[in-house]
Amino acid sequence: MLVADLAERRGSFDLAVELTAPAGATTVIVGESGAGKTSILRLLAGLDHPDRGSIRLDADVYVDTSARVRVPAWHRDVGYVAQDFSLFPHLTVLENVSFGLRASGVSRGETMARVAEVLRRTGVADLSGRLPSQLSGGQQQRAAIARALVLRPRLLLLDEPLSALDVQTRRQLRGELRALLRELPCVTVYVTHSPLEALFLGDRIVVVESGRISQAGSREELLRRPRSRYVAELIGTNLFVGRWATLVSRGPEVKTPEGAVEVTGSSGEGTVFATVSPREITLYRDAPAGSAQNVFSGPVTEIAPEPPAGERVRVVLGTQPPLVSEVTEAAVASLGLTEGAVVYAAFKATGVRTYS
Amino acid sequence: MTRVFQIAAAVGLLLLVILLALPLAGLVTRIPLATLIARLREPVVLDALRLSLLTSLASTGLVVALGLPVAHSLASRQFPGKRLIELLVDLPMVLPPTVAGVALLTAFGRAGLAGGVLHAIGVSLPFSTLGVVVAQAFVAAPFFIRATRAGLSAVDQRYLDTAATLRSPPPHTFLRVMLPLALPSLLAGAAMSWARALGEFGATITFAGNMPGVTQTMPLAVYIALQSDLDAAIALSVLLLAVSVAILLAVRLVPLGLALPVAHARRGPR
Repeated sequence: MLVADLAERRGSFDLAVELTAPAGATTVIVGESGAGKTSILRLLAGLDHPDRGSIRLDADVYVDTSARVRVPAWHRDVGYVAQDFSLFPHLTVLENVSFGLRASGVSRGETMARVAEVLRRTGVADLSGRLPSQLSGGQQQRAAIARALVLRPRLLLLDEPLSALDVQTRRQLRGELRALLRELPCVTVYVTHSPLEALFLGDRIVVVESGRISQAGSREELLRRPRSRYVAELIGTNLFVGRWATLVSRGPEVKTPEGAVEVTGSSGEGTVFATVSPREITLYRDAPAGSAQNVFSGPVTEIAPEPPAGERVRVVLGTQPPLVSEVTEAAVASLGLTEGAVVYAAFKATGVRTYS
Repeated sequence: MTRVFQIAAAVGLLLLVILLALPLAGLVTRIPLATLIARLREPVVLDALRLSLLTSLASTGLVVALGLPVAHSLASRQFPGKRLIELLVDLPMVLPPTVAGVALLTAFGRAGLAGGVLHAIGVSLPFSTLGVVVAQAFVAAPFFIRATRAGLSAVDQRYLDTAATLRSPPPHTFLRVMLPLALPSLLAGAAMSWARALGEFGATITFAGNMPGVTQTMPLAVYIALQSDLDAAIALSVLLLAVSVAILLAVRLVPLGLALPVAHARRGPR
């Protein structure tokens, strides 16, 4: 179990996060570049030190600024895989993977046995005599993971290990990586900017925005109950954050600074979150007369076909509050949707899910 | 305009080639090879050759041993007085060698600043072979330190970070990561430093004197021979020239093989 409480200020960047990560599971830290993901990993690895805070791994205290404890990186039971893998260019794969064991004084015999085992497990045994420059990106990644795993760390840190690879290799290695990480008994912390990777690999997902954790929880929790607009964008849904209000003439409402959204059910107290799927939102060129209680008008700001084949299209709207609708290709054509065109977006109160 | 520049460049190049290459041509064509080899067999010449090899290798060893920690500190640390150390390290490159010799006398001579201490422990530097080594190390040190510092600075921090996360304490990282990656620069620096030590004249003759077999290195022997036996002076000069060319070629060519992974390291492994 990793328990960390980190505060760091570097110029205008300000990081303050509290993080826990269980053993035998992958905790994914997801956020945009510059959100502080790599800073967190560097602090956990001991490559940087926080201004204030603490890092505990099981019974070990690695950092406790109030007690002036600061264990250097090379005394931590941590494995670190950097974004660019950083394989030593002057050493072969075998020498790279043996490096950590030799540095910590493990005997040659035991080193060779452990290295051979991990090279086999990561599928680079045939490449052990090669230099990093003679490896493909995917092979470099496996060698870097082997180099970290051979030390049997209790905390494994992975910094965007798939981002330096081409699309095809990435897809293939993502599956392999998940299988490998599932086998590990250690605490795994995985950093990525890709929501796809986060949802695919993360048993727990921690969302970081501008140096703060905006949401942390299981994959299901994140999908069902996004709590910030960034998270909602990650999972591709519409989120409204506001307060409960009830109008006599209509039903309960969620009042946001940008407008009110009519919902169903009984209202509550305090802050409320409401989501509506982009598929629930219908678009019209003229004001609709139907039964939808929520109608907003605004310009189309973006039209993007959805993978894989683009039969469905995401339409981003500059309404108040902003909305994303997902419609068919045929609908885009029949409505004559172009960027800048003003449209009406409508959805029913029953399509909105609320939670506090 | 372009034409004028082209002519000026061509004339400049021609004059430079005459200035640099003509004396070398004169040196190597002056006496036949057989005479040259015969001259090099003379005891005075052999003594000077032996002494030069011994002292220049010793001073290069001294420079490497003392210069490596200095270069490492300058490359990786910020400390008060760093600018002053940098100035001090570079100074021998621009100081006239005879001034260096006089300075060494005032420091380590019998009446020098440290003369009493040295005398107490039974060491006498002036007019001794050890004095030659000290004089050579003084003038040659900047060549090694500058090159090594640049080489160590060029090692990407990512590799040092990675080593730290692989349970490698800083001394192990220095030996197994920094040093191998900076090796081409280190070797080039050591070779230049050796060449400078081998050619040292002014500081040596001022500080250590000119005693055959004890302090008379090859450059000194060339100077002495010039006054009595021109052929001997030329023979020695040709030998020194050959060594200099060999060192330059080695610095240019040998590290190419070593430099490949390092150039790669500086670009990153993608």
